[in-house]
This record gives sequence, structure tokens and C-alpha cells, in this order.
Amino acid sequence: MNMQGILKYNLALLSFICFFSIFFESNSPYIVYSALLFAIISLSRLSSLISRKIRILDDFKLDLIVSLVAALLIIRELSDTFGLTLWLLSICAWLLSWLAVEKLMKEESKSYPFIYSFGIPVLFGFWLLFFWEIVTVGLDIPTVILPPPSMIGIKFISSLDILFADFQQTFMKSVLAGYFIGCSSAFIFAVLIDKNDFLRRGLLPVGNFISALPIVGIAPIMVMWFGFDWHSKAAVVVVMTFFPMLVNTLSGLNSSSLIERDLLNTYAASYWQNLFKLRLPAAMPFIFNALKINSTLALIGAIVAEFFGTPIVGIGFRISTEVGRMNLDMVWAEIAVAAIAGSASYGVLSLIERLVTFWHPSYRLKNN
Amino acid sequence: MLFAIKNKVIPVLAVLSAIGFLWYGFTIFLNSPWQIQNYEKSSIEWSYFDLAKDTMAHERPILPAPHQILSEIWQTTVKKKITSKRSLIFHSWVTLSSTLMGFFMGTAMGITLAIFIVENKAMDKSLMPWIITSQTIPILAIAPMIIVVLNAVGLSGLLPKAMISAYLSFFPITVGMVKGLRSPDPILIDLMRTYSTSRLKLFFALRLPSSVSFLFTSMKVAIAISLVGAIVGELPTGAVAGLGARLLTGSYYGQTIQIWSALISAATLAAMLVISVNIISQVTFRLMGIQKP
Repeated sequence: MNMQGILKYNLALLSFICFFSIFFESNSPYIVYSALLFAIISLSRLSSLISRKIRILDDFKLDLIVSLVAALLIIRELSDTFGLTLWLLSICAWLLSWLAVEKLMKEESKSYPFIYSFGIPVLFGFWLLFFWEIVTVGLDIPTVILPPPSMIGIKFISSLDILFADFQQTFMKSVLAGYFIGCSSAFIFAVLIDKNDFLRRGLLPVGNFISALPIVGIAPIMVMWFGFDWHSKAAVVVVMTFFPMLVNTLSGLNSSSLIERDLLNTYAASYWQNLFKLRLPAAMPFIFNALKINSTLALIGAIVAEFFGTPIVGIGFRISTEVGRMNLDMVWAEIAVAAIAGSASYGVLSLIERLVTFWHPSYRLKNN
Repeated sequence: MLFAIKNKVIPVLAVLSAIGFLWYGFTIFLNSPWQIQNYEKSSIEWSYFDLAKDTMAHERPILPAPHQILSEIWQTTVKKKITSKRSLIFHSWVTLSSTLMGFFMGTAMGITLAIFIVENKAMDKSLMPWIITSQTIPILAIAPMIIVVLNAVGLSGLLPKAMISAYLSFFPITVGMVKGLRSPDPILIDLMRTYSTSRLKLFFALRLPSSVSFLFTSMKVAIAISLVGAIVGELPTGAVAGLGARLLTGSYYGQTIQIWSALISAATLAAMLVISVNIISQVTFRLMGIQKP
């Protein structure tokens, strides 16, 4: 049996139970109606006779809309007395949404390119947040342990100024400065070393080893050396980003094939022509790989370094103090800032990578 | 053999000794201002030879000399009982156990996720972007908070630290395994189809064996990263035990030699872990009859 079939039967079973649980619990009329709707839709789908007559039952849009409306209704009814009906209904709504995605997969992906590549991950994120919300509120989990996303969202919006100040201190100063110095110096160093075969052979294993080390550990030393302000954090970021960049650039510069290098030799290309026309472009996928790895490493380095001493601003500082004051919603808001900053820089880097390495097989294949 | 020594061992040794030289240079350079001040305060005649000697004998130097770190490691490993709170072996063991636990949890999770992603297209589309996003969250940075929160729930000891390691190490495993499970040649899959093999059989007879070399490559990354997770996870636990705790107490009391010795033992631990994964992979390849990739 395929995934759709399994989903259909489970859905029918659950919504059937859900339908009966209506009679044993008092619920708001909205919930009763949506439970009824679910029972009707999922049971009628089991009979091939009905679903062949009513074509709309096969359309993924119906499932999607019904499940999303149900989810919104459930959130509206959310309180800490969360009955069996609502739990079942939540699971049914999620399964229905999954069914919609499964159906979409069967369709030609080109007919809905936007939903296909963008909507499905967003939908998954929506359900993640939905279950986070209903589990934290429904099971009455103390906010000290895990605050619901709605609470974090409210805190996020109400303290935008603090968040922005922290973002500026940690991201704009420490991370960006350290990232640029670390990556560019490693790049230049790699190009210089690459001329010397002996050095390259020696540095590649050593660099590989060092980039596997827990370099975050030097954070306390850097704070001792460079003081409490952002300079020490930038120094940590420089050291953390240096070796991945060095190793990747070195192996990238040697990734061009022998036949291509021979061709340039027959043209009597100089060292610099060789470098700019062949070896640097060939190294680009490796360099971007390092840049992407480094974008998260830099954020981690800067935030961790702030735990060892910082002025009274910064993402790491805020996290460590607000944990002490049990303001977990503020902590999560800071995490959201860090996550958004991290994902955004990753996204920007992937975009630039796509523009620079348009010739790479992994991108050409996707376009076909 | 001779070729390997000439092309690998000698360059690596040269680079390592260059790093050693630079280190000694920096030790003298960074520690000398304080030392010169000290000489002038007590008005002692000094030569550059004295300066070089004395900068390497500080109790709390800005940068300790390698031999100072090595003697500290010698003092705290061989000359201390293993059960002692001052023994680095004790602390390394604490870190190692949570690293390994996290690594196994992460590997199991990573492989499971990869199987789901490869076998179900809806999972692939919805999970893959979020798995990448999950790593842009600086989990190491919020690790202290997670530890504190889990302690409040009643989870303490190894498990919280291991969970941080698991979160970090599942990512390379998932990515590597997805690549590996998809690596069989389409021709081979078609061949299996002509035998009308079931999906289960196809998985165990073709996909899984061809993913093994990918799995070990990502395990090497994962075990190193899970050590980092364990060390950072030890920072907030009140600095009780583990290499991370040594780092923290060292930074509280300005004991630079202690910090560096903890760092060096972390590096040694990382090297040993990666090497042991490598050995296991070699043995597995030999048993499976895979040519060295």
C-alpha cells in the first residue's frame, strides 16, 4: 500500500473516533462542525464510488484549505482544558495536510512550481509551530521550560529595540568584522601557499585537523587578550573561520583537472592567467562551501564568546542574563533573531553561489 | 612507503615544527612587557637571554610556552590518580562519555531521517529545508540555556549534554546518508526492478550497502562536532566536571596554563575519536569487500 492509502485509512479511523468523542465532551460549535466535516470528507473518500463521482475530493486544494481552517479554529479554541476531541482533530488536520502534500507530489511539479518548492516547507513549518503551540498550551507546560510560540512572537514584537541593539552589537560588529577578516586572510594565505607544493602538503592535513578541533574553547583566552568589547568576539570568529576557509580554498585550487591545466599550458598562460581564468573559478564551489559553513560558525563563536565577558549588550549576553531571570520568552526571541540572521546569510550566500558557479553541474541539472 | 613518508610525513612535521617555533616566539613577545616591567620594578639587570627564559616560566602567562602546557598535562594525567578531581583523565572521560552518547543518538536519528527522506518524497520536500535551517540556529550558543532548562525539568547528568551533541551531529549524518542512499547507479536500480524486488529488499541489498562509505565520511565530521557540543554543554553546569568545566574554572581564576592544557587534551581526544572512526571504517570496508574509496 502506498503512503496515500495509509494516510487515507488512518485519517478515516481517527476522524471517526473524533466524531464520536463530540458527544462525550462539550465543545464550541465551530469545533463540532469541523469534526463533522472531517468525518464526512475522510469517510466518503474511502468509497471509490463517491470519490469518483465528486472530483473535488481528489483535489489537494480542498484538503489543504480544510486542514488549515481547522488548525486556525483549534488555535482559537485553545485553553489549558484541552479535550480529546481537539487532540484528535489536530492530528486529523495534520494528516489531511500531509495527504494534500502527497497528492501534490503525484501531480506534475511544473504546474505549481511556487507551491512545490516554497509552499511545502512553509507548510511543514506551520505545522511545527502549530503543534508546539497546542502542546505547550494544551498540556499546560510551564513557560519557564518552553514558552509557546505566540508568547515568543509577542515578546519579539514588543522588544524590537533591544533585539535590534543586540543584533547590531553581535552581528554587525563582531560577526561581520571577524567573518571578513577570517575568510579573506585565509583566502589570501591559501593562494600564497598554493604556490609551494611542500607547504601545501604539510598544511592541508594540519588545517583539516585544526578545523575539527573545538576552537570555541579559545573564547576565554581571546576575552583575556582583547578585552570585553566586540574586538575579542571578532578575534574568536577570525580563528574559527580561518581554517575551514584555508582547507577548502587549498583543495579547491587543486580541483581543476589535469587536462584543463594542460590546455592552459599549451596557450602559454602565465601563473596569474592560470589562477584567474581556471583555478579560482574551479575553486568557487569549495570556497562557497567554506563560506556557508563559516556563516554559522561565526555566529556561534560570537555568541559563545559573549558568555565569557561582554558589555551589557549582545545576543549572547542577553541570553545568559535572561536565562538567569527565567525570562525564557526573551531568550527565545533572541534565538529567533540569531536563527533569522543565520538563515538569511546562508540564503544570501547560496544566491551568490548560484550566480557565481552557474556552470556547475549541480545547478545545470536542476534547470533542465 | 618511502614515498608516503616523503610526501606526507615530512611536510606535516615541517609545518608542525614551524607552528612550534612561532608559538615560542609569541610566548616571548606577549609575555615580555610584563616581565620587563617586573625587572624594572625590582631593578634587576637583565639580558635578552634572561628575558626569554623568564617569559616561559610565568605562573599565569598571557600565552604559556608549549613545554609548560605539556608539563601541566603530565602533572595532571600521569601523576594524579584517575579518580582525583584534578586529573585530566577523569575530566576527559566525563566529556568522552557524553560525546559518545550524543554521537550514537545523533547517528541513529540522522540515519532514520535520511531513510524517511529518501523513501518519501513529501518528507524530502518538507523536511530538507528545515534540517538546513536547524543548523543555522546557533545551538552551541544556546546550549547553556538548554542545559539549565533540562536541569529544571529534572534531566541532569549525561543526557542534556548528549542531546546537544546529538543535535549537532545528526546533520552531517543525515546529509551524508541521503547522498549515500541515493548514490546507486540508476542502471543498478533498474536491474533490481527487473528482478521485481520489493522496496525493502532494494533498500537492504542495494541502497544501504552503497551508502556505507558516505556514512563513515560523515561520521568523522559528526564525532568531532559532537565533542565540541559536549564541551560547550559542560560550561554552564556549575563547572563540576569535564573539559569544558576546566576551561571555565581556568578562565575564572586566570589560570591560562589550565585552559591551554584542557584545550590540548580536547584536541587529543578529537584526534583519537576521528582516528578510531577511521579504523572502524577500514575494517568495515575490508569485511564488506569494498575497495578503498
